[in-house]
Amino acid sequence: MAPIRTRLLLTLAGFSLLLAAALVAGPLIGSTHISLSRVFDRSIAFADNTDAQIFFVARLPRVLAAALVGASLAAAGVVFQALLRNPLATPDTLGVSSGAALGAMLAITFHVDVAFAGVASIPLASFAGSIGALGIVYALASARRRGLSTIVLLLAGVTMTAFFQALILFTQYLADFADTFRTVRWLMGTLDVGSFAPILAALPIVLIAFAMLATLPRSLDLISLGADAAAARGVNVLAAERLALAGASLATGAAVSLAGPVGFIGLVVPHLVRLVVGSDHRLVLPASALFGAAFLIGCDAVARTIWSSGELPVGIVTALIGGPFFLWLLVRK
Amino acid sequence: MGRVGAARTPQRAANTQAAPRPERIVSLIPAVTEMIYAMGDGSRVAAVSSYDHFPADVDRLPRVGGLLDPSVERILAIKPDLVIVYATQKELIERLDRAGIPYFSYQHRALADIMTTIRAVGARIGSAARGEAVAAEMDRALAAIRARTADLPHPATLLVFERDPGSLRNVYASGGYGFLHDMLEIAGGRNVFGSMKQQAVQASTEMLLTSKAEVIVELRYGDSLKNTDIARELRAWDALSSIPAVRAHRVAALTGDEFVIPGPRVVEATLKLARVIHPDVAR
Repeated sequence: MAPIRTRLLLTLAGFSLLLAAALVAGPLIGSTHISLSRVFDRSIAFADNTDAQIFFVARLPRVLAAALVGASLAAAGVVFQALLRNPLATPDTLGVSSGAALGAMLAITFHVDVAFAGVASIPLASFAGSIGALGIVYALASARRRGLSTIVLLLAGVTMTAFFQALILFTQYLADFADTFRTVRWLMGTLDVGSFAPILAALPIVLIAFAMLATLPRSLDLISLGADAAAARGVNVLAAERLALAGASLATGAAVSLAGPVGFIGLVVPHLVRLVVGSDHRLVLPASALFGAAFLIGCDAVARTIWSSGELPVGIVTALIGGPFFLWLLVRK
Repeated sequence: MGRVGAARTPQRAANTQAAPRPERIVSLIPAVTEMIYAMGDGSRVAAVSSYDHFPADVDRLPRVGGLLDPSVERILAIKPDLVIVYATQKELIERLDRAGIPYFSYQHRALADIMTTIRAVGARIGSAARGEAVAAEMDRALAAIRARTADLPHPATLLVFERDPGSLRNVYASGGYGFLHDMLEIAGGRNVFGSMKQQAVQASTEMLLTSKAEVIVELRYGDSLKNTDIARELRAWDALSSIPAVRAHRVAALTGDEFVIPGPRVVEATLKLARVIHPDVAR
C-alpha cells in the first residue's frame, strides 16, 4: 500500500475534483433555461437582469448552502460514528439536531422576531437550540472524570431526542394552523436560502468546527478501537472526546439551522467513503466532507428539477438516492 | 390550506336521520359558521371550532377543538342535532355515525362551490330561502366586480398566502385551482401559476424570478402585524429586483382572515384584491 501522504494526496485530489465539478455544474442546472452570456453581461443592470438574478440569487446560494450543509453533516457523521463506536450514529444521535428543531419550532410558533446580521429569527433560534442541546450533552460528558462511557452517552442522546421530540409535538399542538404548517415544512428541510447572508452567518461556525475536527483524525482512529487502547497509546481521551463532541455538534447545529434537518447524509456518506478509502480517519474525514458536499449538491439538483410543478424536499431525495446506492455498495463488497 | 389535487364532485351529502330544522348546530368549519350567521341563523349555533373568530358573536360560544383535534367528548356534551365537519375528519365522522348524530360534510374548493355550499347548508338547516338569498347576492356582487375588471388589462399577479417571516423562504402561492385563484381572476389579475392545477404551489426563488409577476399580493392573517412590520416584511422582496412587480413597487399586503376563509366575506376580499390590482379604476 502506498504511503499515507500519497494516498491522502490522491484521495483529496479525487474528491476535490468531484466537488469542483458539482460546484460548477450545480448553478447551471435548474427548472428554467438561462443564458450564461446574459448572466455575465455587465451592460445590463443587475436589477433588470433576470438571468443574473436566477444565477446569483436563486441558484448559487443554494448550491453553496448544499455544499456547506453536506460537508458539515458528513463530517459530523464520521466523528459521531467514531466517538460512539457505533456505525448507526448520525449527527442527530445525541439530540443536537432535535434541539435545533425545537428552537425553530418555538420561533415559528411564538413568532419570535429577532433578526441579526441578515439572519432571520428561525435559523437563529434553531442554532440556539442546538447549542442548548450541546450544552446538556457536554455537561453529561464532563460529569465523569474519566473518558465518556459510550453507552451512557448513547442512552442520554436517545433520551434527549425523545424529550425534544415531545416538546416539538407539544409546541406544534399549541400552534395555530398556519404555524403548524410552517413547522412541518421546516422539518422537511430546504436549501432554498434565497441570499448569501445565512450562508455567511453559518460559515464561521462551520470553519471553527472543522478546525477543531482537523486535529482529531489520529485520536479518532485509536478511540474507535476503544478508549482504553487509545489511552494506552498516549491519547488524551477525555480531551479528544470533548473536542470531537463540540466540533461535530457545532457543525451539525450550523447545518440544521441553515437548511433544516436534511437526513441520511450524516449516516450514509461516511460509510460510502469508508468503502472507497478505508477506515483511516486522516482520509475518511476530509473525503467525507468533500463527498458530502458534492452529494448534497447533486441531490438538490435532482430535487429542484425532477418535479415539473415545484420542488421535492431535498431530504426525500437524499434518502431515495443514497439508500439504494448504499445497499448496492454493501452487497457488491 | 391543504393541497387538494384535481377537482372532484363536491361530496357534501350527509347521513339521513337528519332533523329538518336543527337547533343546536356545532360548526367545526369557520367558513360554514360565517355562512350560517350570514343567513341570520347564528342563534342556532351552539359551539364552534378553536379557529372561529368571526363574527364577534362566536366568542361567547364554547369551543370544541379544530380540524386536527376535534374533541368528541365536548361535541357530544353539547348534545348537537347537527355537526358541520370537514370531509377529511374521517374518524370524527365515524364516531358521530356511531353516536347517531347527523353531520354535514364540507370541503372547500373553487369559488363557485362557496355559493353551492351556502345553498346546501341553507337547505340542510331549514333556511333554504335565506341561504338562496345570501348566495344569490354573492353571485351578483362577484359578477359586478368581474364586469368592472373584465375589459381592463389583466396584469400577471403572484398571490402569496404563506412564507417564512423575514425572508423569501418557503413561499406558497395560489396555483390555478381553488377559490383564491378564482378570486384573483374576478379581481382582474392573471395568476402567474395559473397553469398549475393545484391549490398551493411552493414557489422556489427561481420560480419567483421567472414568474415575471407585475403585481405581487401577500395575504397575511392569523397574526397581528403592525403596519411597520408589514412594510418591513414586504422589503424582503427587494432581493428579487428583477421581478417587474418589485421594480415597479407593486408589492402589497392584504391583511385579514376573509382572504383564507371561503365564506360570505369572499366578496369583500375579492373587492380588496381588485383595488390592489387596479387601484385607479376600482375606487
